[in-house]
Amino acid sequence: MNYIDNIAFVILLTIGVGFFVKNITKLIRNIKLGKEVDRSDNSNARWKNMAMIALGQSKMVKRPVAGILHIIVYLGFIIINIEVIEIIIDGIFGTHRVLSFLGGFYSFLIASFEILAVLVLVSVTVFWIRRMILKIPRFWNKEMKGFPKNDALYILYFEMVLMSLFLIMNAADNHFQELNVGNPISQYIAPLFHNLSFTAVTAIERTAWWLHIAGILVFLNYLYYSKHLHILLAFPNTYYANLNPKGQFTNLESVTSEVKMMMDPTIDPFAAAPEGAEATVPEKFGASDVADLNWVQLMNAYTCTECGRCTSSCPANITGKELSPRAIMMKTRDRLEEVGENINKNGKFIEDGKQLLSDYITPEEIWACTSCNACVEECPVNIDPLSIIMDLRRYLVMEQSAAPQELNSMMTNIENNGAPWQYNQMDRLNWKNE
Amino acid sequence: MNVPTMAEMMAQGKQPEVLFWVGCAGSFDDRAKKITKAFIKILNKANVEFAVLGTEESCSGDPAKRAGNEFLFQMQAMTNIEILNAYEIKKIVTACPHCFNTIKNEYPQLGGVYEVVHHTELLKSLLDDGRLTIEGGKFKGKKITFHDPCYLGRANDVYEAPRDLIQKLDVELVEMKRCKTNGLCCGAGGAQMFKEPEKGTKDINIERTEDAIEVNPDIIATGCPFCNTMMTDGVKVTNKEAEIEVLDIAELIANAEDL
Repeated sequence: MNYIDNIAFVILLTIGVGFFVKNITKLIRNIKLGKEVDRSDNSNARWKNMAMIALGQSKMVKRPVAGILHIIVYLGFIIINIEVIEIIIDGIFGTHRVLSFLGGFYSFLIASFEILAVLVLVSVTVFWIRRMILKIPRFWNKEMKGFPKNDALYILYFEMVLMSLFLIMNAADNHFQELNVGNPISQYIAPLFHNLSFTAVTAIERTAWWLHIAGILVFLNYLYYSKHLHILLAFPNTYYANLNPKGQFTNLESVTSEVKMMMDPTIDPFAAAPEGAEATVPEKFGASDVADLNWVQLMNAYTCTECGRCTSSCPANITGKELSPRAIMMKTRDRLEEVGENINKNGKFIEDGKQLLSDYITPEEIWACTSCNACVEECPVNIDPLSIIMDLRRYLVMEQSAAPQELNSMMTNIENNGAPWQYNQMDRLNWKNE
Repeated sequence: MNVPTMAEMMAQGKQPEVLFWVGCAGSFDDRAKKITKAFIKILNKANVEFAVLGTEESCSGDPAKRAGNEFLFQMQAMTNIEILNAYEIKKIVTACPHCFNTIKNEYPQLGGVYEVVHHTELLKSLLDDGRLTIEGGKFKGKKITFHDPCYLGRANDVYEAPRDLIQKLDVELVEMKRCKTNGLCCGAGGAQMFKEPEKGTKDINIERTEDAIEVNPDIIATGCPFCNTMMTDGVKVTNKEAEIEVLDIAELIANAEDL
């Protein structure tokens, strides 16, 4: 017997899966560069969010056309991948359509895969038309030039090719076509091969089969380098998303202790620092680089699939300001990748003279935000660009005193007279007699 | 107009059912002061025992926090909390969604735990309890659109109370294409009120006013003093002053009955 095919398959599968696992390990390490944040509370609400938003796609359908097409592709992706189980068993053991013993149920499965494959092909084509012909503006913002634009197209082409290969594989399977069940779509492709010799058709079937599984493995490994990680990360991302009201921003605990000390008359400001306190570096206020963000914010960056719903609803972006919430996520990821590469190369992070703030995200972007939460509301997978913007603002203001001049005046007024404008606090009730 | 302060209440050994947190805009801004007074007229009419802090009130800290100054925010918050706790305040109402959000969501962790409601929520509950009746009066039949303040709507999921109140006025409530969860910001949030906008192609309040103009309203109703300023400016810039009025919901209710 000839085992070359089986051996080749096992090698291909091992390399494909092995490389994927390696990248995922890197991904998890990079996410863990973020600061700790406790999201272990209220697991019921978290599971519910994951079920509704990630699994149930509830936020996707807020834009019905894209939402429904996306659900088709998503269902197609999950369901057609059941077929991969059979491909793997066949590949390893040299069997052919090993699950066909299931009889009528098998035919039903393959038939539904075929129908879904066509629906996916149609949906993906419509996606392509929306991007390239209709030129829907959110796909053409300036952060979408170069790789981000091509990345989206590669993914669409990938899916077109994979779905086509699946249908060709079935159409060129003479035995399968002879049974004539479970082939609602491929029976119309099969006649194309009628004039070919048996050997040629078998070769086509084998080629399609091999390219299909190889394509899936390549796609699996493309995920890490693309915007497409959302197919995995949407689940943890919705699970660990913020559950508090959107208007509630975190209170920095490091600040609380300082403010309490300032307000406590019993504390002696000249007292010697407690033993060992000199050695501890005081905590940085806000964020200037990715390691100052928390791990959920970093996971957000990897989860973002650059759909641009956030940016298309951002009042600053709509009115032509530099800020784009999607770009905030993309830049955070780019910087995180750069830091990750640095660690890969040097074993640990070696200072590279760059940081997220200024080198990637400019103060102009940060100061254009109205904190309206439209981006957070829009995100189909509960990414929170606003929290990153706020952390960067905190660094600018508290570490660098680099607020815009008018904001400095506003803050001075609050400090001096308890209002953002220059009015005496003692006049606060004057309106009563006006 | 009867406006007792907490200090006066305390001297009489009384505790109000609710503290009215006036806020900086409501205290100092000429336009917002009208909202404050309209709201108080309604409270007086509904016989609500309330009080204000008066000169003991200070900025909630919201603009400092949104500008990134957590120090200043927490100093304001803790000072306010000391006063509120000293008066044993249980329930707070405010006509400013920014104060509302901050006191409701960000004070508890710093030791200030109160029931906090927006003035539209309080008015709605007065209505439901039969303590307040609302009639269309001079607004009857008018076309009104409601601009959702971000810190009331998306930030805290309050969408219905203001709309329920408007509908009680026998008016036609029309929705802008961007409303409720999709509402567009007026441009003032996140401390933008206190600075010039960044370089761009348009001002946000103009974009938002155009949303409103599209549905042809007689009145743009708001529930936030800052939204009010932004929309009023927007209406001026687009030369619609003669056709469109910008009013707070408290003003709508108070003016309908000429309080």
